[in-house]
Amino acid sequence: MPTQQVPQTVIGTLNPVAILCFFLFVLATLGITFWAAKKTKTASQFYAAGGGITGFQNGLALAGDYMSAASFLGIAGLVSTKGYDGLIYSVGWLVGWPIVMFLISEPLRNLGKFTFSDVVAFRLKQKPIKTAAAMGSLVTVLFYLTAQMVGAGTLIKLMFGLPYESALFIVGGLMISYVLFGGMLATTWVQIIKAVLLLGGATLLVILTLSQVGWSYGELFQRAATKYTPQFLEPGGLVSNPLDAFSLGLALMFGTAGLPHILMRFYTVPDAREARKSVFYATGFIGYFYILTVTIGFGAAVLVGKDIIMAIDKGGNMAAMILAENLGGSLLLGFLAAVAFATILAVVAGLTLAGASALSHDLYVGVFRSGRANEKEEMKVAKAATIGLGITAVLLGLLFKGQNVAFMVGLAFAVAASANFPALLLSIVWKRFTTAGAVTSIFTGMIVAVTLILLSPTVYVDVMQAGPKKAQTAAEEKVTDIEKALKAADITPADKTAKEAELTAAKAEAANKKAAVKPAPFPMKNPGVFSMGLSFLLGILVSLMKREKEAEELFESEKIRTYIGIGAEGASKH
Amino acid sequence: MIGTTHHAILDDPEFKELAQQKNKVSLILTVVELVLYFGFIGLIAYNKPFLAQKLEGSAITYGIPIAVGVIILSWILTGIYIFWANSVYDEKVKRIKNRFKG
Repeated sequence: MPTQQVPQTVIGTLNPVAILCFFLFVLATLGITFWAAKKTKTASQFYAAGGGITGFQNGLALAGDYMSAASFLGIAGLVSTKGYDGLIYSVGWLVGWPIVMFLISEPLRNLGKFTFSDVVAFRLKQKPIKTAAAMGSLVTVLFYLTAQMVGAGTLIKLMFGLPYESALFIVGGLMISYVLFGGMLATTWVQIIKAVLLLGGATLLVILTLSQVGWSYGELFQRAATKYTPQFLEPGGLVSNPLDAFSLGLALMFGTAGLPHILMRFYTVPDAREARKSVFYATGFIGYFYILTVTIGFGAAVLVGKDIIMAIDKGGNMAAMILAENLGGSLLLGFLAAVAFATILAVVAGLTLAGASALSHDLYVGVFRSGRANEKEEMKVAKAATIGLGITAVLLGLLFKGQNVAFMVGLAFAVAASANFPALLLSIVWKRFTTAGAVTSIFTGMIVAVTLILLSPTVYVDVMQAGPKKAQTAAEEKVTDIEKALKAADITPADKTAKEAELTAAKAEAANKKAAVKPAPFPMKNPGVFSMGLSFLLGILVSLMKREKEAEELFESEKIRTYIGIGAEGASKH
Repeated sequence: MIGTTHHAILDDPEFKELAQQKNKVSLILTVVELVLYFGFIGLIAYNKPFLAQKLEGSAITYGIPIAVGVIILSWILTGIYIFWANSVYDEKVKRIKNRFKG
C-alpha cells in the first residue's frame, strides 16, 4: 500500500485573515443593526421590514436565507468524495423554487400579513388553525436550527480551532442581537451581504479552479475520470431504491415551499409583483450557486484529491476550504472561512425570526389574545420570544454536541413538505377546505413525518445504534480487505491458506456484528411520499365529511384579494 | 371597494377569465417542472446506463449536462412566468382596476 500523503494545511489554526474578515463582517452587520433598530418600532417593521424591500433585494436575501453553510461545504464535499451523486442533491435543493413561484408566492403575499399561518387561517377559524400552523412552523424551525447550530459549532472548531461552546455563544449572541434590535430589516441586510460574499467567494474559487484546467470543463471532467474511474461521473449507489428516490425528491421540492423562514420573506416586499420577481432572482442566484458548488467539488477531487480531503474530515466537509487554500493560500482560505461563518449567522437569524413570529404573532396574538393585542404588546412578546428562541438554539446546540444531526435537515424538510405545504396549498386553491381538514392535515403530516424518520435506518440504525453499526461496517471492511489481499497476484500458497482461514473468521464476525444491529422498522430513508400523501389525503377526506359554509363564502370573496391584490396588507403603506 | 363594487368585480367576465387563465398558467408550469425533475429522478432510478453514456470524444457523461440542464430550465421556467405575468396578467389587472374605479 502506498503511504498516505500527510495533508499540509493551516485549516484548524487561527488564521489572521479569517479573523480580520470576520470582524469586518460583524462590525458591518452590527452597524446595520444599529441603523435598522431606529426603523424597527412597529410589528410590521419587526416582522416584515415594513414591506419596503425591493424584489431584487428580497431575491438576494432569499438566496442568503436558503444557501446554508451545509449546502456550500456539504455539497462540495459530497461531490468531491462521491462524484456525480452529489450533483443529484444540488438539483433537488433547487427545484422547489419554481413551485414556490407558480403556486405560493403571489397568493401568500396577497392573503397574509406576517406568517404563512395568516394565509391558512384567512378564511378558516383562527384559533385552531393558528395553533396547528404555529406548531408546524416551530417544529420545522427547531429541527433546522438544531442542525445549523451543531454544524456551526463543529465547523468553526474545524476552521478556526475555536472551542465548540465558544462558537455557539458567539453565533447565539450575534443572531439574537440582529433579530432583537434590527428585526427583519437587519436580518434582510445580513442575508444580502452574506449572499453577495458567498456568491463572490464561490465565483472566485471556480475561476481559480478553471484556470488550472485550461479553462475547460471537458478537461476538468477528463482529469476526474482518469484520476478516479469513469464511474465517478455516473450516478452511483446514493439513489438505489426508486420509491426512496421519489420520496426524497418530494420532500426536497415541496419542503422548500413550506419553510416558514422562506415564506416569511414574501411579506417584506410591497406587493405580489415584487414577490414573484424576488423568486425569479432567488432561483437564478441559487441555481448559479449550486453549479459553482458542484464545480468546486469536482475541482477539489481533481486538484486536491479525495484521500487528503477525507483525511481532514471524513465527511468531506472541508473540500472547498482545502481547495481554497491550495489555490489561493491562507488569504483565500481565511476569506472563505469568514464567509462560511457569515453564512451560518444569516441562516440562523432568519430561522430565529421565523420561530419568534410563530410564537408571538401566531400563538400569542392569534390564539391567546384572539387577535386583539396592541402593537406595543405584540412587539414585547416578539422580542421575548426572540431571546427565548436564541437561548433555546444555543442549548440545543450544546445538548446535541458531537451527535450526528444531519438527518435533522431532512426532517425539517419532510415536516415542511408534509405539515406546512399541504395545508397552505389547499387553503389557497380549494374552496371546500375546512378548519377540521386543515388541522388534521397539519398534525398528520407532522406526526407521520417525525415518526417514520425516527423509525427509518437513518435514525433507528445510524444514530440510535451507532456503536453496533460502526462495528458492523468495520467488520465488513475487514472482509473486503482480506478478499482483496487474496486476489493479489504474488500471494504465496502458504499465505493463501492462512488468509482463507482469516477470511472465514472475519466473515463469521461480520455476520455476528450484523445480527447485533436491529433492522429499522421503516425501511425507507425518506418518508415524504407517505407523510405528505397522508397529509393531503386526510386533509381532503376530513374536509369532505362536513362542509364549512362560511369558509366557502369567504373563498369566493377573497378571490379579488388573491388575484388582484386589492385589500392586501401593506399595499399602500409606503 | 366593498359591497356592490366587490360583487361586480367577482361577477365580471374579464375578472373570471383572469382568474382562470392565471390558474391554468400556474398549473401548466408546475406540471412542466414536476415532469422535468421527476423525469430526472426517474432516469437515475430506472435508467442509470443512459446517464452513464459519454458525450462523444469526452469524459463527460450525459448525466452531467442533464442535471445542470434541470437547474437552468427551472430558472428559465420562472423567467417565462415572470414574462407572462408582467406583460399579460398585470395589464389585465390594471384594466379591471381602472374600469371599476371610474
